[in-house]
Amino acid sequence: MSTETLVEKPAKISSLREGVASGATTATELAQHYYARIEAHNPALNVYLALSQEQALEQAGAVDLAAAKGDPLGPLAGIPVGVKDVLTMQGVAATAGSRILEGYEPPYDATSVARLKAAGAVILGKINCDEFAMGSSNENSAYGPVRNPHDLERVPGGSSGGSAAAVAANLAVATLGTDTGGSIRQPASFCGVVGVLPTYGRVSRFGLIAFASSLDRVGPFAGNVRDAATLLEVISGADERDATSSRRPVPAFAAESDKGVRGLHIGIPEEYFGAGLDPEVREAIEDGIAALETAGCIIKRISLKHTRYAIPTYYLVATAEASANLARFDGVRYGHRSAQATNLSSMYKLSREEGFGAEVKRRILLGTYALSAGYYDAYYKKAQQVRRLLAEEFVGAFAGVDAIVTPTAPTAAFKLGEKTDDPLAMYLADIYTVTASLAGICGVTVPCGTTKAGLPVGMQVLGPHFGEAMAFRVARAVERAQMY
Amino acid sequence: MSAVVTIEEVERVAELANLELAADEKPRMQRDLNAILEYVAQLGELDTSDVEPMAQVSDLLNAGADAGHGEALRPDALWPSLDRARVMEEAPETDGAFFKTPKVIER
Repeated sequence: MSTETLVEKPAKISSLREGVASGATTATELAQHYYARIEAHNPALNVYLALSQEQALEQAGAVDLAAAKGDPLGPLAGIPVGVKDVLTMQGVAATAGSRILEGYEPPYDATSVARLKAAGAVILGKINCDEFAMGSSNENSAYGPVRNPHDLERVPGGSSGGSAAAVAANLAVATLGTDTGGSIRQPASFCGVVGVLPTYGRVSRFGLIAFASSLDRVGPFAGNVRDAATLLEVISGADERDATSSRRPVPAFAAESDKGVRGLHIGIPEEYFGAGLDPEVREAIEDGIAALETAGCIIKRISLKHTRYAIPTYYLVATAEASANLARFDGVRYGHRSAQATNLSSMYKLSREEGFGAEVKRRILLGTYALSAGYYDAYYKKAQQVRRLLAEEFVGAFAGVDAIVTPTAPTAAFKLGEKTDDPLAMYLADIYTVTASLAGICGVTVPCGTTKAGLPVGMQVLGPHFGEAMAFRVARAVERAQMY
Repeated sequence: MSAVVTIEEVERVAELANLELAADEKPRMQRDLNAILEYVAQLGELDTSDVEPMAQVSDLLNAGADAGHGEALRPDALWPSLDRARVMEEAPETDGAFFKTPKVIER
């Protein structure tokens, strides 16, 4: 396929940082190199929505000055990164993939963005995604879909499709995305990169444009597991501005990921290998499991029998929370205000009607319905009860295993337009990812073979609450096996 | 569960959500809502009469091991807020001190 040239693996963070520190290269040269790549390839991929060149070159200059003086450098000194456009960054437009925020320039940095900067990272720009992170293909962006660098006729996954495609095409060394029901893990799988769902509470959401607050998480994408661990280490930890952020100490994830896997117990839940799983994906994942066994893991077949209730539970909980969160877009304080409005009520309604896309409206309606009088118990409360069953089932499973391994998605990347007319079919793309979202546990998606057509397959390695270090270790073992 | 949503209900929910759906959007939303609600009705198979609803995963986490998770009070101290002029720049209509909207009460 002629699009093959768009796939390029980024260099490792450790070697780039070493190059900057030693003076073999400069952060400024690195940034300019990435902007040249973006100029060449962004028209085909539609990854970046806004570039922050001025800020980036200023930051790169500061890193170069520090390197020249021999000052201590941050863990991401000079590393070019991109940020999903649902996170705020001062001085750069934030759209959340929506028309309703067109032209909005946030007056503050998200905590995760501020922590990247403080670690020396050079932020290249803001990255395309599904509108308000609602979607599994990136086709819900008001600014057009992102294309998969492995095949331009296919979707990159969603909602952080741009963050995954950016790393796959080396338009950034690493990126930030967000995951509410699979929005980091599924696109990482479709684009053949590493994606991390941190434990709920591990990473501050301050500055994240909220979709479903009991589920939303911020996490990294990178070209290899160790680099993803390095980014997570930087962005993790308590934040006074986010009361849901955990005060637990943050382990040295990168160093932890170096540990071996001999003797670890790996659970394989039968429910993730049933009907609907593409045979080529199954084969790739089974090869990955065999590699873990060769590496000394003890494979244990387990059952998570409520798994099939995860998608219906997720789409009730997430839409209910979304309907409340998105009430803030009313044309008063920021974003779009309808020019057709004649009074306050029509200003609210018309601004929202004109500003929101179809999927966002669909989810607001579903969530409002599930929360409305007469339906609350049957839908929202019921979903919250099943959510507890799903979460407790994971807690029980982790009493007997160190990590759980599954396919990340039931298929490899599908074609643009294939599921846009059937929301339910699109929702099922998240069938293996939503359960971990509901349970609040962590996970790492790591490339694990390809289909016959050469499309990447991702393995999902789930860890218990605050067990990212374990998930990274297992993912490293899968990654090592891929190299042979 | 598995109620059937009528066009009138789509309109009622849209009203609650402050959405003004275009005429051609309503049948599409009706179709999609019914398909999704039919699918989620399978939750009815589970007996959850003894299960406490779970709104946040933080209540699953061992409070002792995760001291302060999600419930710590921060010090009662002043800290800088965003600059008012900068915030007002983002508003569709403002007099510099307040957000302006069309009249709330019409006579």
